[in-house]
Amino acid sequence: MADSPMLQIRKLHARAGEARILRGIDLDIRAGEVHAIMGPNGSGKSTLAGVLAGRPGFEIESGELLFEGAELAALAPEERAREGIFLAFQYPASIPGVTNNYFLRASLNAIREQRGQEPLDAMDFLELAKQKMAQVEMPKELMSRAVNEGFSGGEKKRNEVLQMLLLEPRLAILDETDSGLDIDALRVLAQGVNALRGPGRALLVITHYQRLLDYIVPDFVHVLSEGRIVLSGGKELAHELEKKGYGWLEIAPGESGDSSEASAGSGAQP
Amino acid sequence: MNRRERAEALLLAHCEAAAQHTPPALRAAQDAGCAVFAAQGLPGVQLEEWRYSSTAPIADFALSALADSDSAAPGASAPIPNSICEVPAAFRDMARPLAASAPALLGALVDVKEHPFAALNAALLQDGLHLRIPAGRELAEPLRLLLPAARGLSNPRIVIEAEPGSRAVVVQEHPAPGAAEHFCNAVTEVQLGAGADMHYVLLQRGNGLLVCNLAVRQERDSHFASHTLTLGGPFVRNDLSLSLAGSGASCEMNGLCIAFGGLLDNHTAVDHAMPQCTSRQLYKGVLGGSARGVFRGRVRVRPGAQQSDAQQSNPNLLLADSAEMDSKPQLEIHADDVKCSHGASMGRLDDEALFYLQSRGLGANAARAMLVRGFAGEMLDALPASLGPILPNFSAQLRECIESALAAEAAQ
Amino acid sequence: MSEPTPAGAQARTETGEIESLASREYAYGFTTDIEQERIPKGLSEETVRLISAKKQEPEWLLEWRLRAFARFLQMQKQGHEPTWAKLRYPAIDYQDMFYYAAPKQKPKLDSLDDVDPELLRTYEKLGIPLEEQKRLSGVAVDAVFDSVSVATTYKAELEKQGILFCSFSEAVREHPELVRRYLGSVVPYSDNFFAALNSAVFSDGSFAYIPKGVRCPMELSTYFRINAGETGQFERTLIVAEPGSKVSYLEGCTAPMRDEHQLHAAVVELVALDEAEIKYSTVQNWYPGDREGRGGVYNFVTKRGACRGVRSKISWTQVETGSAITWKYPSCILQGDESVGEFYSVALTNNRQQADTGTKMIHLGRDTKSTIVSKGISAGHGQQSYRGLVRMGPKAQRARNYSQCDSLLLGDRCGAHTFPYLEVKNASATVEHEATTSKIGEEQLFYCRQRGISEEDAVSMIVNGFCREVLRELPMEFAVEAQKLLGVSLEGAVG
Repeated sequence: MADSPMLQIRKLHARAGEARILRGIDLDIRAGEVHAIMGPNGSGKSTLAGVLAGRPGFEIESGELLFEGAELAALAPEERAREGIFLAFQYPASIPGVTNNYFLRASLNAIREQRGQEPLDAMDFLELAKQKMAQVEMPKELMSRAVNEGFSGGEKKRNEVLQMLLLEPRLAILDETDSGLDIDALRVLAQGVNALRGPGRALLVITHYQRLLDYIVPDFVHVLSEGRIVLSGGKELAHELEKKGYGWLEIAPGESGDSSEASAGSGAQP
Repeated sequence: MNRRERAEALLLAHCEAAAQHTPPALRAAQDAGCAVFAAQGLPGVQLEEWRYSSTAPIADFALSALADSDSAAPGASAPIPNSICEVPAAFRDMARPLAASAPALLGALVDVKEHPFAALNAALLQDGLHLRIPAGRELAEPLRLLLPAARGLSNPRIVIEAEPGSRAVVVQEHPAPGAAEHFCNAVTEVQLGAGADMHYVLLQRGNGLLVCNLAVRQERDSHFASHTLTLGGPFVRNDLSLSLAGSGASCEMNGLCIAFGGLLDNHTAVDHAMPQCTSRQLYKGVLGGSARGVFRGRVRVRPGAQQSDAQQSNPNLLLADSAEMDSKPQLEIHADDVKCSHGASMGRLDDEALFYLQSRGLGANAARAMLVRGFAGEMLDALPASLGPILPNFSAQLRECIESALAAEAAQ
Repeated sequence: MSEPTPAGAQARTETGEIESLASREYAYGFTTDIEQERIPKGLSEETVRLISAKKQEPEWLLEWRLRAFARFLQMQKQGHEPTWAKLRYPAIDYQDMFYYAAPKQKPKLDSLDDVDPELLRTYEKLGIPLEEQKRLSGVAVDAVFDSVSVATTYKAELEKQGILFCSFSEAVREHPELVRRYLGSVVPYSDNFFAALNSAVFSDGSFAYIPKGVRCPMELSTYFRINAGETGQFERTLIVAEPGSKVSYLEGCTAPMRDEHQLHAAVVELVALDEAEIKYSTVQNWYPGDREGRGGVYNFVTKRGACRGVRSKISWTQVETGSAITWKYPSCILQGDESVGEFYSVALTNNRQQADTGTKMIHLGRDTKSTIVSKGISAGHGQQSYRGLVRMGPKAQRARNYSQCDSLLLGDRCGAHTFPYLEVKNASATVEHEATTSKIGEEQLFYCRQRGISEEDAVSMIVNGFCREVLRELPMEFAVEAQKLLGVSLEGAVG
């Protein structure tokens, strides 16, 4: 089982509220791999991220979702997090009155407990946080402010990546982490993300634009359209999309309706 | 007997006299109103709803204006209060006299036990206006209802049924009577069918006593916007109650009152009875001279009325030390998935802004007037555009009122 | 990996999750078995005379009590028992309770050695050790047990600086001139129904006097404990801060779990003279009753502070998690020019608890300033109302008020209501009031859970964050206790 995929998605159909969004996703992600999911607005990218993390209101209708061989649907969001699934939110919530410092330590200690590690005390945590903050060039005062409250768009995204670095997840999902960032911020965040890359970890990068993938170079690129993966390929696929735009997909092979036939890359199907 | 009791006796004698002329179709409503008024009389300040608003001016009016008829034998000689208002020719096909149609809606939306003046209105009921806007009909121009401005007591009663999908702008205009001896006690009931849309404008100005009850019931997905614009008056009391009785209904309740004397009291109540309804309230007050302003706004979200979204705001400008403002915004929330907020503020004109304008060459008075107009302007901007022909006149009056009052204050 | 739930996490609603948590017992619900003396049940002039005689009071005080009692009877006859609050409870039978209960002890305590060890154990169990070697450092405690004060710590140390801190009864004996001067000067016995009742039958309480220019070196605190059954507690607290002095006072309260409702009707009076500052903090944890609303304390309290001097300041901070019913409006009369009033409140109602609480800020002097921050949390069938009055008098030139009242609803069977009264009679005054009502955001909850924090911890964290502006006003030790209390009070029936 050593090389069985970390994440296995089979014929996944899911709805967000009333709307059927995912209509048969197949995807395997192995440890060490970086996958990018691209696609036009409304194609189901964020729904996929939500379903993986267990967002309430997102319901799996059929199909399989296995993480490290275990059925994800049976786990509460916090259980998935403790198992090592991390979602960097596109729009992270703010929590008035709770300092970032307190929140991050509570989060880290919850996850450490699951790993059988001792909780970190305030001093040790601060020491660790400082190192990681330097990696994403995050100003110190953000730690003593309420979680995401009054943060700029860029600060929120930094905060997400900082959390990822602290929690060291097995599978990190970045949901449009590039949206609204300038090039400098993008570069810094990508550095942070790349620092986490390694043989034991996998990354799922969700983005509308190819730009981010210049900094976080994926092993595989998948194109999502109307709830299905219509095209898979290597990193060059992102550039092709950038040139031709998503309109090109309308005449692309996705018409067969069966994503497995349409996937060209090696990452989508074993 | 004290003054109030004497006034109540006079009013009651009036009601009983009126009863002899009441058309049969309205008799039940009249009896009910009479019974409540006989039992409760004029509201006193010990009642929470009236704690800031003494009705002494109404009692005084009754004592001076109705005493003559009282001296004669009560009954035939008592003048019948005027309940009719003018309907423009273009809309006559929708209008009928209440006495002829006696719609079931009459008295259904206003609880006479809760509203003492609605009880009095019912007790004096002789006739009124019944408007039915047919389903899907869109009124091409604002429907302008000019209320009576005769001396003495007027008792307008309006019932409007806006059928599903209809669209209308209605203006209820209380003109300034020439003489101060005027007490208008109006009650309006409006029912909006599913998807209906209505703007209701109350234009109030002048020197008579005015009590206005407006009760609205909204069905599913209907939209109602009220605009209560009050320019002065010795005693003005507005009670606006809205029931959001169908899911997806929304309402806006806008109010502007500008006064340099007298009492201006706005009471609102919005009842979120069904889920997914939205209410917005914005009442602004500008009070100078010896004016007293009152705002009491109640938002109620009933159990089960999830996803209610209610906002209420009552900012006030106090221009003189002798002016007074009492504000009582209230939230009563019995459902959890709601977004409700309210705010109220009282303050004077911003010194910085005044200084800025003066440093650009404006005189102190002009600067003050400009800031007050800016504060008030938002409420005029919210009015439907089709009011074009009516509005400039009102805006001009508003401007004139502000400027002359500020000038008078500065001269003191 | 933690055990997967059979139903599947997706299907679990927030409500279901929280409701399924086991209810935590009220931690202070034990009773102390101690020999006590009580006067017979019922309320009459005789009761008033008996209490006064028990305490060997001077004639003037008995007369004052009797006047208060006459006023109470009159108010009762005229139907002046307050009904305007948004509270529901059956009529209280004022004859069917004990008005005085005290542990039997030597008539006069010279030291803690004379205190019944059972009582010392009780306070230790409550986390308030009274013995010399164990007592809390930096906090002087007056321990009130049912109708009497049983011990006061650090008295001698405080006296060296001229600070008087003792039970109310002792103050009547030792400092009658001070008591006589200030008693009823802020809350007259005719103020309201419960104040009249308290004035007639109050049995003890705390008294603090801070002399001119002295900054009290430690926190003063009173710990109120109701123990006896069917007994009402009627205490009175009086704090006088002379010019330039400063004091921080804390009170805590608990009661055993009993099936019957118990009445607690206290009066607190604060007087701050020129440039004096009083900070008054309360962590109220009276027994709230069980999930069905059986038992619990009726907490009907009148608290008022008078900022009499220029630049004086009175700050109320309260964390109200206990009691079946809370009816209290700690208020400030801002009489001195440039005086400051503050009210910071957290009120939590769970199960069948009801609270109608808020404040009054009466601005009389020029350049007076007040701040109101109220955070209400309703869960279960809890109902709560913020009721507040801000009045700017005609002479309150440039007075300012800012009020913020936020309510958080947990579950669809509770209610949160906001009734502010704003009365402005001065054009140079500024009043701002804002209020919001909302529930815990699903996004917030999901965000926390995605970071590995359990739903229960997330709710507690978000609630504590919601209350932060208030909790940070509490002295350190109290803030920690209050934070825990909020968590515990929410456990079980949040839904």
